[in-house]
Amino acid sequence: MMRFLLLFSRQGKLRLQKWFTPLPERERRKIVRDMTMMVLARSPRCCSVIHWRDLKIVYKRYASLYFCSALEDPDNELLALEVMHRYVELLDKYFGNVCELDIIFNFEKAYFILDEFLLGGEVQETSKLLVVKSTEESDLLQETMEEYMRKPAF
Amino acid sequence: MPAVSKGDGMRGLAVFISDIRNCKSKEAEVKRINKELANIRSKFKGDKSLDGYSKRKYVCKLLFIFLLGHDIDFGHMEAVNLLSSNKYTEKQIGYLFISVLVNSNSDLIRLINNAIKNDLSSRYPVFMKLALHCIANVGSREMAEAFVQEIPRILVAGDTMDSVKQSAALCLLRLHRTSPDLVTMGELTSRVVHLLNDQHLGVVTAATSLIIAMAQKNPEELKVSIPLAVGRLGRIVIPAASDLQDYAYYFVPAPWLSVKLLRLLQCYPPPEDDSVRSRLAECLESILNKAQEPPKSKKVQHSNAKYAVLFEAISLIIHYDSDPGLLVRACNQLGQFLQHRETNLRYLALESMCTLASSEFSHEAVKTHIETVISALKTERDVSVRQRAVDLLYAMCDRSNAKQIVAELLDYLETADYSIREEIVLKVAVIAEKYAVDYAWYVDTILNLIRIAGDHVSEEVWYRVIQIVISREEVQGYAAKTVFEALQAPACHENLVKVGGYILGEFGNLIAGDPRSSPLVQFNLLHSKFHLCSVPTRALLLSTYIKFINLFPEIKVTIQDVLRSSSQIRNSDVELQQRAVEYLRLSCVANTDVLATVLEEMPPFLERESSILSKLKKRKGPGLLPEQEDSPKDKNTGVNGTVESASLSPLSADLLGLSSTSSQSSSSSAPRGSLLVDIFADNQSPVPEAAAAPVATENFSKFVCKNSGVLFENQMLQIGLKSEFRQNLGRLHVFYGNKTSMQFLDFSPSVVCHDVNVHAKSVDPVVNGGAQLQQMFNIECISDFQEAPSLNIQFRYGGTLQNIGFKLPVTLNKFFQPTEMSSQEFFQRWKQLSIPQQEVQKIFKAKNPMDMDVTKAKIAGFGVALLDQVDPNPSNFVGAGIIHTKTTQVGCLMRLEPNTQAQMYRLTLRTSRDSVSQQLCELLSDQF
Repeated sequence: MMRFLLLFSRQGKLRLQKWFTPLPERERRKIVRDMTMMVLARSPRCCSVIHWRDLKIVYKRYASLYFCSALEDPDNELLALEVMHRYVELLDKYFGNVCELDIIFNFEKAYFILDEFLLGGEVQETSKLLVVKSTEESDLLQETMEEYMRKPAF
Repeated sequence: MPAVSKGDGMRGLAVFISDIRNCKSKEAEVKRINKELANIRSKFKGDKSLDGYSKRKYVCKLLFIFLLGHDIDFGHMEAVNLLSSNKYTEKQIGYLFISVLVNSNSDLIRLINNAIKNDLSSRYPVFMKLALHCIANVGSREMAEAFVQEIPRILVAGDTMDSVKQSAALCLLRLHRTSPDLVTMGELTSRVVHLLNDQHLGVVTAATSLIIAMAQKNPEELKVSIPLAVGRLGRIVIPAASDLQDYAYYFVPAPWLSVKLLRLLQCYPPPEDDSVRSRLAECLESILNKAQEPPKSKKVQHSNAKYAVLFEAISLIIHYDSDPGLLVRACNQLGQFLQHRETNLRYLALESMCTLASSEFSHEAVKTHIETVISALKTERDVSVRQRAVDLLYAMCDRSNAKQIVAELLDYLETADYSIREEIVLKVAVIAEKYAVDYAWYVDTILNLIRIAGDHVSEEVWYRVIQIVISREEVQGYAAKTVFEALQAPACHENLVKVGGYILGEFGNLIAGDPRSSPLVQFNLLHSKFHLCSVPTRALLLSTYIKFINLFPEIKVTIQDVLRSSSQIRNSDVELQQRAVEYLRLSCVANTDVLATVLEEMPPFLERESSILSKLKKRKGPGLLPEQEDSPKDKNTGVNGTVESASLSPLSADLLGLSSTSSQSSSSSAPRGSLLVDIFADNQSPVPEAAAAPVATENFSKFVCKNSGVLFENQMLQIGLKSEFRQNLGRLHVFYGNKTSMQFLDFSPSVVCHDVNVHAKSVDPVVNGGAQLQQMFNIECISDFQEAPSLNIQFRYGGTLQNIGFKLPVTLNKFFQPTEMSSQEFFQRWKQLSIPQQEVQKIFKAKNPMDMDVTKAKIAGFGVALLDQVDPNPSNFVGAGIIHTKTTQVGCLMRLEPNTQAQMYRLTLRTSRDSVSQQLCELLSDQF
């Protein structure tokens, strides 16, 4: 199973963190620090798999964002790359040409989409159509820009 | 502002996020956040009840602040309120907050569980899914207890929507992992297994993960899944007209499901049923064939997905390790990947080949790729790929290619990354020893290692070469000659000086016939390095000098002059000074016979597992390195015995005898520095006491007068103890409680003891989250002792290795048998034990309030019989008992005199054995 999935920027800013096993906050911070330092230091030609403690770290860069996941020993590294790619596709389909800002400003949506796709560190639904459909069900109450602007700004 | 706002966007949140983004400094950010927190707090506290939208917005802001890395200590209640909202968007935020900020507050858990319960029975599948996601995200034991009955029902119910089934399956898997003891599928098992046949591929994908976990727990019961999995796999990978619609990923049919099915099959040996087995063979063939077909897309996603399935199939083939044809095909396929342009594929192929190398069917096939692997070592840009190449070379090494591989690794070592040098050194040392046809080559190899990467040659490596040279007569002359030559280099590594010093000290005489390496030349050569070396090396050289005095009487005077020089005899380092003084004295007073006896040649070492090998095993987790010494074909090939066979000699033996020369002289009590470090201490001695935390020692002393309680506790683990003792025997029940929600894996307690025999019953290596494990120890007291046995516990938790060590409360007084006696008898015996050494007395200040009843209870707990009306002073305590050990029985009398005014005690113990008096006094005086 996947142990955690982190999204961070080239500057090392954490954009999304999903932990599939309970870890104390201090440990999480340490892991985030280790991951950003380790992954950001690697050159583009390096392979995407790193052994770290007893886990396999698989990462991939999309534009300014790094997607970084931790796998247990029997897990399939190549497929983990595609798990991350599928997640990017899902975000892309939902936001339409997703960029880092979308994930910053709509972080809750990014978490919801992830929950539809991965649960407990395992793939729940691999069909892009179904995941997006399921996410959009929650957005049935689509609001107009006017309604949005009428809302208080504090 | 957001680039896009979809769904029910929250403007206030967007404004807040962009404010944070505009902050120029950390301080500004903290200031903005504090302002926001104050705002939210006042809103939550305000009289006016907030509408759902505002509540959602503020909870979401809190979540954002938390995810930025700030602490949040309020808002939980508001989030829980959102759970019971009818609006999906509000509920959703509530659940997200709960999932991210799990709170152990029990009241809250009850409320959360209530909300989940409501949603699980909701008419709306979307609500059910939110509830299931929350359980899966939190996965706490409380939730498992509350819902473990409900979820399997949802999973198999006929009217459950497919998407809910998927969530239910993975939710159950999560609970299965965190609280496996609670999740029992019972009669539902077969219905879950039959989800493998479900029409909806998404359901099958989710269910297969659950079935894998169930199969790992109950392999026998889940065996029925094998034909179903093979059938399903066949329908995916064997081309037919079936259309997988959205489950094809870049032209690869259902890669996630295929990989999961192949994983499931790896829980079992090859199928017994012929038709299933041949169908599976067809599947594997088909997967291997597809790898050869031209790609249907140029996208990397296509090749990744396709090869992901291929690698998983190869894992299964390796797991079965039974079909030579498939193994060789797999090996050839991986061989192609070794030259693929994708770095990832090269990396994974190297790694996968390491496991293939340990199969007897494919070992030879792997060996044919040696040239490619060697060139990878030279050309790969990524150090982690090169490291895998080193691993593979190590794995494919055998007698036929050892020389080539060692040569290549030595060559690579010259330029290798510093981070992996030590490991390469260890590997080369192991290979060189294991496959050495002649020991001259072995000695050359190790000296080369020292020359190229001296700093990375650990003690184990150079200790080992000395051990082998001492044990192998045929190589001694060569070794002496070689080190002598190596030492000629103007700059040589200190490790070489150590090896050289030791070997010349033992075998310098073998080359002394040659005038170019006459005794004086040898001595001058070594001594020219002396001043450049660290203290331990100098100490070793001094030992070499005294050995020279024995070997070469003709240079005795020269050496004595050196020893006598004030830089030696008045050296500020105690160790060096002592050696110089003692050796000088020894050389003056002892006649040649005595000297020859004292400095006799080292006897050969008992053969045991190479310490280097154990170090290498320790560095790498199991599985990464194929342990070739276990594979059948390496046995009995005369592998220099030294690598194999068990340890026989006692731990404390000084393996290299580096101190042997001085241990004869006067006292050898001075610390000998690192030179005396037992090379096997590395893998056998317990972890230092320091790891045990102060709590543990405190608890230890608590157990001197009682037999049950909590012995150790930290965040993860609680260890309880119950013990009983009779005469010289005892029985300890130790209870290990896992306080976390995750499994402890590879859980292994081990005991180290000296004067008591401890026999530990073996225990299960897995301790489930929240579960307790019991272990029994049988104890036998051999003779009186001071050092309590220590228990060292190792386990893996959440991926990291944990080490906990502490003392078991087995103290001498546990073996007391109380003895009743009259006043007259008592004083008669008291007088009999009147030799000064038999009595130990201690006067000490009371640490606790001086309560008569407590003191009585403690003395009784200590094990002696409390004798009433023996002491003329009624406030004094007098007791008697017999300590039972296997070898003897020791009668003990004690007297405790409290002085309440001064808050002091005087404790007197008289026993027939001074060490017992001493030890008992230590133990008891600590209790008041």
